[in-house]
Amino acid sequence: MYQILKQIIKTGIKTEPAPLADETMRAGEQRLQQQILAVLGRSLAIRLVDAGSCNGCELEIHAVNNAYYNLEGLGIKFVASPRHADLLLVTGTVSRHMEVALQRTLAAIPEPRLVVALGDCACNGGVFGESYASCGKVSNVIPVDVVVSGCPPAPLAIMQGILTAISAKK
Amino acid sequence: MNSLNLAWIPLPGAIPARQATLEAAQLQPVCRKVADDGGRLLALWGSDEGAGSFALHVTLVNQDGLLCLHLLLAQESPVYPDISQIFPCACRMQRTVYDMLGVAAAGSADQRPWLRHAAWPVDSFPLRKDFDAAMSQEADDYPFVQVEGQGVHEIPVGPVHAGIIEPGHFRFSIIGERVLRLEERLGYVHKGIEKRFENNSLLFCAKLAGRVSGDSTTAYAWAYAMAAENMACVTPPERALWLRALFLERERIANHLGDLGYLANDVAFSFGMSQFWILKEQLLRNNAALFGHRYLMDKIIPGGVAVDLPDADTLLAECDLLEHEVRLLRSILEEHAGVQDRYIGAGTVEPKLASQLGLCGLAGRASSQAWDARVQFPCVPYQTLEVRMATHHNGDVAARVIVRFEELFESIRLQREILAGLPAGDLLEALTDLPGNGFALGMVEGWRGEVMVAMHTDAAGNISRVHPHDPSWQNWPLLEHAILGNIVPDFPLINKSFNLSYSGHDL
Repeated sequence: MYQILKQIIKTGIKTEPAPLADETMRAGEQRLQQQILAVLGRSLAIRLVDAGSCNGCELEIHAVNNAYYNLEGLGIKFVASPRHADLLLVTGTVSRHMEVALQRTLAAIPEPRLVVALGDCACNGGVFGESYASCGKVSNVIPVDVVVSGCPPAPLAIMQGILTAISAKK
Repeated sequence: MNSLNLAWIPLPGAIPARQATLEAAQLQPVCRKVADDGGRLLALWGSDEGAGSFALHVTLVNQDGLLCLHLLLAQESPVYPDISQIFPCACRMQRTVYDMLGVAAAGSADQRPWLRHAAWPVDSFPLRKDFDAAMSQEADDYPFVQVEGQGVHEIPVGPVHAGIIEPGHFRFSIIGERVLRLEERLGYVHKGIEKRFENNSLLFCAKLAGRVSGDSTTAYAWAYAMAAENMACVTPPERALWLRALFLERERIANHLGDLGYLANDVAFSFGMSQFWILKEQLLRNNAALFGHRYLMDKIIPGGVAVDLPDADTLLAECDLLEHEVRLLRSILEEHAGVQDRYIGAGTVEPKLASQLGLCGLAGRASSQAWDARVQFPCVPYQTLEVRMATHHNGDVAARVIVRFEELFESIRLQREILAGLPAGDLLEALTDLPGNGFALGMVEGWRGEVMVAMHTDAAGNISRVHPHDPSWQNWPLLEHAILGNIVPDFPLINKSFNLSYSGHDL
């Protein structure tokens, strides 16, 4: 126990300041309304669906929970059930085998809800594109509010995307 | 091998490899002989040879190197002998060859689809050259094996999992808390990677290869580049090969750090999670600052590497930090009774079973399967670095944790050696064209196990077929065995201790 406590004290606080929202990430006409903010307050629950990614984006989503970015410290957490979620985060080109699962997950999230497409594949199909096995970008399957590009997007870009989605359109 | 009376032709490249074309009747005896001598199945795939004919390709590995068998199939009945009786891990690969190419293993017990769910019809095969992408959405009803008996019930899990994980379906049959049977169903992230490789440029395919499984991007990029270089008989500059090894070891360190964090987290020891992920983040930031990408994507390209090492000091300091911190964390984990209680004896794969079913890579080494391509088939720079293989015989979660720690320290040592011995010189040897009707293999020991890429070209030298093979193919079936008799709440821990790729498997 002594070693653990000593290491915790030695490590100190690594968390860095959060980035600001970025208006350029907003995808076209946003469905977000002021009242969502009022409903969500400062606590946001996210459900992730990997709809066909290479798992690179998942590595960076794990990273936003590390001590440097500490997404949970901002009141934003990943939840196990879509029933508990306010925001659906989708990675990957949507494989045709995941199409139904993605639609059902979205349908299980109560309104009002937000959708963020994360990574180049989710934004525009990426290297996998559209094919017999792939529907391409996420917006080909479900409506998207915010897109975050990058292959994979760095943790700060992911945080910016999430913060953009929950902040009112300027 | 000569006793098998095959006309072996050596394949070019740093890894000893031979190929032979054989008759259908020879396939099983050759596989049996290799298996009896301690060899393993590395990969199995098919190709459309045009004009309605097909070929099956089987790569075996023994202590002498790789053996690649080509079997041309009769046009009138494109079937081949089943080898899943000899190599059980061939079963899912054979089912996939049927899904993708319509070429069946005659006499195999399991003829269910594997990667095909409902995205394309049962009589349509994506890897045939005349495949028509017109899609019909069929009903998706997969015949899981039902367990019957008093008190048995099923828990279906997935494809969407509770955490930040890739999608796949697990069907547990349980009595009380104990798992009686687990059946996996994968293929949810099948996005047509193999079809995408067809007739694309050498550089685009390099990008694609680096995204077969994101966590192994350097391993795939290297294996792909190696296949292209072997085919074109191009040797990258010495410095480029040393930098590739540096990237590969950094990928291994990053993934092992992340896994050790999650393995602590899965036994509710969140201290371990935050500590290991602080170290991983520091490594990723150094990658971004020095090489321009946190995961080193697209830094290995056919002919060499796309980036040089600006300075060694940052990495030497990182080595010192990692070694000190990981040593400390290891002692904390090993002395923590609650952590060890969950690790020891959980998800055991006995060495005998591991050998029978072909468990490979990191998980294989934790069950006494002493295979590491860096040791058995060392190419530049590994032949001068002399990698020390880490193995364990217990085959449980604790053993897979120990192997990770030992490989981590070894990779830190290798990184120091690479930084000290990095030769001067160019980064890239020109490689723009591939020869016609070529075939070549590339293999790299990624952090999870052997990553293999096979490449075929057509008469004009265009890429006609690329088959990337992930070690997860061999290891997924063992997870079904590792969980038996364990309780359901230990599944996330056991699953994480293997940490297999869905994307690399589903393609």
